[in-house]
This record gives sequence, C-alpha cells and structure tokens, in this order.
Amino acid sequence: MTENGRRIDTLEMRGIVKRFPGVLAVDHLDFDVQAGEIHALLGENGAGKSTLMKMLYGLYQPDEGSILINGRETRIRSPQDAIAQGVGMVHQHFMLVPSLTVTENTALGIPSKWQLDLKSIARGLDELSEKYNLKVNPNLPIWQLSVGEQQRVEILRALYKGAALLILDEPTAVLTPQEVDDLFRILHRMTDDGRSIIFISHKLHEVLSISQRITVLRAGRRVDTIPTTAATKPLLAEMMVGRPVVFEYARRATQVSSERLRLDRVSALSNRGELGLKEVSLTLHGGEITGVAGVSGNGQSELAQVIAGLRAIKSGTITLDDTDVTGKSPRQRHEAGISYIPEERMLDGAIKEFTVAENYILQDHARPPFNRGGLLNLRAIREACERAVKDYEIKTPTTDTPIKSLSGGNIQKLILARELSRSPRLLIAAQPTRGVDVGATEYIHRRLLEERANGTAILLISEDLDEIFALSDRIAVMYEGRIVGVLPRESVTLRQVGQMMAGAAMDAV
Amino acid sequence: MIEQVFTASVFAAALRLATPYMFASIGEMFGQRSGVLNLGVDGIMLMGAFFAHYVALMTGSAVLGVGAALLVGALLGLATAFVSVTLKAEQGISGIGMYLFGLGMSELLFQRLVGTPRSVEGFSAIYIPLLSDIQFLGIGEIFFRHNILVYVAFALVPISAYIINRTPFGLMIRAVGQNPQAADAMGINVARVRYMTVILGSMLAGLAGAALSVALLKVFQQNLTSGLGFIAVALVYFGRWRPVGIMIGALLFSFVNALQLQISAIGLNIPSEFAVMAPYVITIIALVFASRQTEKPDALTKPFERGE
Repeated sequence: MTENGRRIDTLEMRGIVKRFPGVLAVDHLDFDVQAGEIHALLGENGAGKSTLMKMLYGLYQPDEGSILINGRETRIRSPQDAIAQGVGMVHQHFMLVPSLTVTENTALGIPSKWQLDLKSIARGLDELSEKYNLKVNPNLPIWQLSVGEQQRVEILRALYKGAALLILDEPTAVLTPQEVDDLFRILHRMTDDGRSIIFISHKLHEVLSISQRITVLRAGRRVDTIPTTAATKPLLAEMMVGRPVVFEYARRATQVSSERLRLDRVSALSNRGELGLKEVSLTLHGGEITGVAGVSGNGQSELAQVIAGLRAIKSGTITLDDTDVTGKSPRQRHEAGISYIPEERMLDGAIKEFTVAENYILQDHARPPFNRGGLLNLRAIREACERAVKDYEIKTPTTDTPIKSLSGGNIQKLILARELSRSPRLLIAAQPTRGVDVGATEYIHRRLLEERANGTAILLISEDLDEIFALSDRIAVMYEGRIVGVLPRESVTLRQVGQMMAGAAMDAV
Repeated sequence: MIEQVFTASVFAAALRLATPYMFASIGEMFGQRSGVLNLGVDGIMLMGAFFAHYVALMTGSAVLGVGAALLVGALLGLATAFVSVTLKAEQGISGIGMYLFGLGMSELLFQRLVGTPRSVEGFSAIYIPLLSDIQFLGIGEIFFRHNILVYVAFALVPISAYIINRTPFGLMIRAVGQNPQAADAMGINVARVRYMTVILGSMLAGLAGAALSVALLKVFQQNLTSGLGFIAVALVYFGRWRPVGIMIGALLFSFVNALQLQISAIGLNIPSEFAVMAPYVITIIALVFASRQTEKPDALTKPFERGE
C-alpha cells in the first residue's frame, strides 16, 4: 500500500499499436502487471520496449488499444496523468535538472501555491529514504551526485509522488555490480509493499535473477510471456533474436608478441578541466585483448582519446613499436597503425548525413585507389565499400544510402570494417557493442577475436563486464582517472573487478 | 572639475537612465531562463514606446499609455512565442525579424498618426516625503525624487529574484531552461512555461519603451531606442541571468551614459564620440572576461522536441 492510498492491483495494456513515420514500432501488443510483481520486459534495441513504456507513462499516445488500471479503462494523456494514476518511470537517461537540488527536482510538477514548500518535501524524502534504504542528501544539487545516487533520486522522487507501479528503463546500465545488488534489494522491498515494477533490460542474467515473469519483445511484437522459473538464458536469447545465440566463444591460445604500445605515466585533462587521467601506465601486446573495466566517467574515454591522439596530454609518453608517438597527430598515428572505434558512434565515428560509402573512406579518401589525380574515384570507392558490406554482413539497401538510416549494429559493423581495412597494429575498441543488437554484438565479438588471432593488440573499453570477461586476456580496472590494477582474466572474479571499480584497492579484494 | 562632473544630478540621472535597461533586461532574463532567446526586444520596445506615447498624447494619461505599451508587448510576445516555441524557428534570425518589424512599424505609425515629434506631459517626479529632503551626500536628490517607473524598476529586482528562486513558477522556468526533457517527464508543460515567460518578458520590453517615451524623454521619434534593446540582451549575459547582476550592469551602463551627457553639458574638451562608445566597449570587455558561463541555461535557443 502506498502512502496516499493509491494502489494498482492490475494494469493491462491491450492490443496496443504505435506507428511512427515508416515504422510500426509496436504491433498489437498485450502486456500486464500484477501488484507485488517484478515483470521484466526483454528485447533488443528497437524491439519496442521503450516505446511501449512511454505510452504507459503518457509521453506517447497509442494509435490503437487500451490501458486498464484495476480493470477500468484509463487514458493517460501526459506524464502528469500517469503520475496521478500512480505510474512512475525512471528513464534510461535520467530526467533530472543538474543545477537544481534533490528536493527541487522532486518539487517539479507538484502543483502548489506561490510559495515553494521545500522543507516538507525534504522531510518526506528523508522518511522514504529511511524506509527503503535509499541514502541521498536532499539538499545537494544533482551535479554533485554520482550516477548511482542520481538513480536513487529518480526512484525516491517517483515514490514521493506516490508511484504504485514503477517502470525502470535499463536501470543497471550505469551501475557497478555492487550497486546492482543494492538496487535489487530496494526493488524487492518495494514489491513487498505491494508496489509493482516493470524492469526493462536486455541483460539476460539480471532479468533471470530479479523477475517473476518475463515478456520478450521482438520487432514490436510480443514473442511470449513466461514465468521466470521456466526461463533459461539460451531460451530467452533465442526468443529475442529469433535464432540460437552463442555465448561462450572458443578462444584459441594465441602467440602473444612483445610489447606493442606503452603508456608511461600519462596524465591528461578531462572536458571539465580536471585531471581525467592521472599518471596512467599501461603496456599492450600483440595478439592480446586488454579489457578496461570501470564505471562510466572514470577516465576510460580520456584513455582512448589520448592513445588515438584526440586529446592533448599534460605529461608522460606514448610509444608504439619503439617509436615515440606522443606528439604525433591523429592522422600520423592512424598511419602508424592505430585504429580507433570511438564510443560515440554517430559523433566521432561517422558523419550522419554522409552515405555508407563516403563514411567507409573517411580516412582514406586522399589515397589511391580512392583518389585519382585529386578527384574521388567513385567506382573504386563503391567497389571497396561493396566488398566490406558483403564481408561484414552489413544490412544496407545500397552503398549510397545515408548512414543515419542504418541500425546501430550495422553502423558499428561499417566502422569496424573501415578500421580493420588497413590491418592495424593496435585497435582501440571503445564500447564497441553499446546499443548494438545481440546478433551484431556476437558478430563484432567474433571479429575482435579474429583480429586477436591475427596478432593485433586490442584495447577493449567497456562498461559491460560480461563483455570484458568474455573477450579479454587481461583486465585493467579504472577508477577516478587511474588504473587501479591489471590482472589476468583467469585469476580474477566479476565480484573483485566490481569492487575495484568502486574504488577498492587491488590487494583488498 | 571633478565636482563639476560627479554631481548628485549625474547619479540621479544614472538611476533614471537605468530603468529602460532594467525593464527590458529583466524581461529578457525570464525568457532566457526558460530557454528562449528573444532578440526582438528592441523592436518590441519601439512599439511599446510608440503606443505609450500616442495613447498618452491622445488621452493625456501616461498611465493609459503604459497600459497600451504592456498590451502591445503582450501581443508581440505572443507572436514571438508562437514563432520560437510552436514553430521552433531559429531564434536568432526570427528575433532580428521582430526587431526590423518593430523598427519599421513604429516609424510608419508615427508618420501616419503623429507626424512630427511632440512631447507629452508624461510621468512627473514623485518626491518621497522626508527622504527626498536628505541633503547628506545628495541622497535625497539621487534616490527619492524620481518618476514612478524608476521605483517600479528597482522594486522589480527583488521581486523577480523571488519569483525565479522561491516560487513553483520560477522552479518550472529554471527546469525548462536547463533540461526540458526532465521537466516534461515530470508533467510540466514546457511550451506553456515558455509562452508565459516570453509574453511576460515582452510586456516588460513594452514597458521599457514606455519608460523612454512617457517618463524619461517624453517624446517619440524614429528609432527612439537606438539599439538599447540589444544592450539589454547583452546585460542578461553580463548579469549572469540574475536580477541583481542585471541591475549592476544596467547601472554601470547608465552611469557612463549620464557622465557622457554631463561632460558634453559642461563643455569639456573630450570628443563626445568616445563617451558614446564607452559603454559598448565596456560591455564587450566585461562579456569577454565574464566568460564563466556556468549559469547559462543549457537549453537556451534550443526548441523542445519530445521523444528520441
């Protein structure tokens, strides 16, 4: 039972349809939640999970179908309606105003008179955070809080507004394993109180460990709803993708070569003007994948950019194959054999408006055969790109299609094709499968392992610990701009890496 | 000579000259805090100035003139909000359009309806009892012998600061200007908040025009504001989107203006062009050095679109 007496015993969505220009995003979908239940909504990117939930939260209107709360048909026209009905949502990108305090963010949208009564809100937040063990200082501005704390603020705020049903959109994407455990405990406490939770995710093991029922979506349709006790990882993956999926990759032992890249006490500023990298030293070898684990914003992006030459360093040296490349430009480094898959695919990896072929030759446009007497050799470009499209199984109508109309997975495959086309000595792969569907992820993983077998040194930066553990030979953990430890994968557990990501020293774990 | 320049009447003039800046700039601040840049302030001021003057001329009532200016400001604010918020037009360009409209339209109406510059009686100075008699440092003359709009302008500083920082409306304005997506998700109508701030800001711009045409100069002529509205926009940046900062900027500016008038009045041998330039040069320098833009609303000039 919630504080103000609102209670959602059942919530049903019936025959929901949502069309966007040119896409049927949600196709006659049925979905329901019961009080006290954690219902997981599973599916790949673009399967319609977020769209469905945004309709429940009033951000979109369904074109067809109805929503029933406690058996009564209810129209939810706006988030305000949703909140009034007892529906709360924690969005994937947090809906908080950074310059405002926790209390002020909670006050947003609460109807009141002339004077803001922040004190009573702060009191209410304190009570709730006591009850659910959600520790946050209500008087701090959001920008001073960690990502995990911001998530707690979001949950707290929804509870304060009387959410009897809470939608969590990919809540674990930004958390360390320990924070995930904490979150799960909080969610259980909420369902014990008769609240219900819709848990959106694409991580199978999380869904299996927290939910009572699982609904799998694919391409806007419901594949099935099953009790979690009847679910297994391979079964869910097959439901999601539509074909069996490989989880364990065959990793052949490779010949690890001598030192390929050496970072020696490298420091660099972050975008915020603070020291984002602090005296980082790291050695990479050919034929080896070094995974970099860490909570987002602990220096991983800066590390990748420093090696690629996209961020100036304050001190230290970078050596590739015994030549000092510290002062070299990005282009010179590229020519020396450093390839880079940037984490912001559409920002740093490709030019949205350019075609697939133009994006494919972004780095090589000035070189033969693509350059002939100062002119672009369109035929050579098309032929090379068509080969890449075929080799990498990129789904695109033509090579002249603007890249922005491709899916995330296909864009990433094209970037991979481009970066591997020159047989690099070193490949930096920053979040190579973020926002990429399971099928393309599997493909990219296999390609990375092939590159490893070819003797390339690979630096894999990922926030997905499963990915790090599936591919890496060594795992480096970053915390607050430092590498707090580099360990062989065999000698470390997921839990230990998680503790180091949260700041524990290597010898303490 | 120093005594000749820095007289009590110069300080008093500075306070008077600051009023149009403060009205226009505080009004502009409301729009900007909610994420809308209104570059048409100067045009709206001109329209407000004309209508205030014309109505005062016809009816003999400066109060009715101010009412007309507020009304015209609200209408032009509605138009600005429609273009910027509903049609999501590029705010810099549409603002210039509004400026040129106000410039041309006020001139046309003036030519058709009035013809030659005529002065109105307008608002006269209100001497605050007792306080206006204080001789010490000329305090009486500097602070307590002004027309009603001067007092209103300075009262607006704490009032607007209170609205922005302490009321639910102010909280909505800040949220919409910093993160409209978040405000939307919390059930705040982003478009409505922006309409309200733009209309309020434009009403204050109209009032700024009235302050010129029925209180300060008491005449209307072509391009009466001569770009004052653009300075008002700059003052919002200078003042870091805070009413007190804006007031300090406006006073700095108007003080240099008043000095310049005094210098030419007593016939000092300084080319008056230097004095005319000075405030603008000061503004540019101040803006360059005050480039710590942490206060700037993140969503400034960005139209709001729901969903990904």
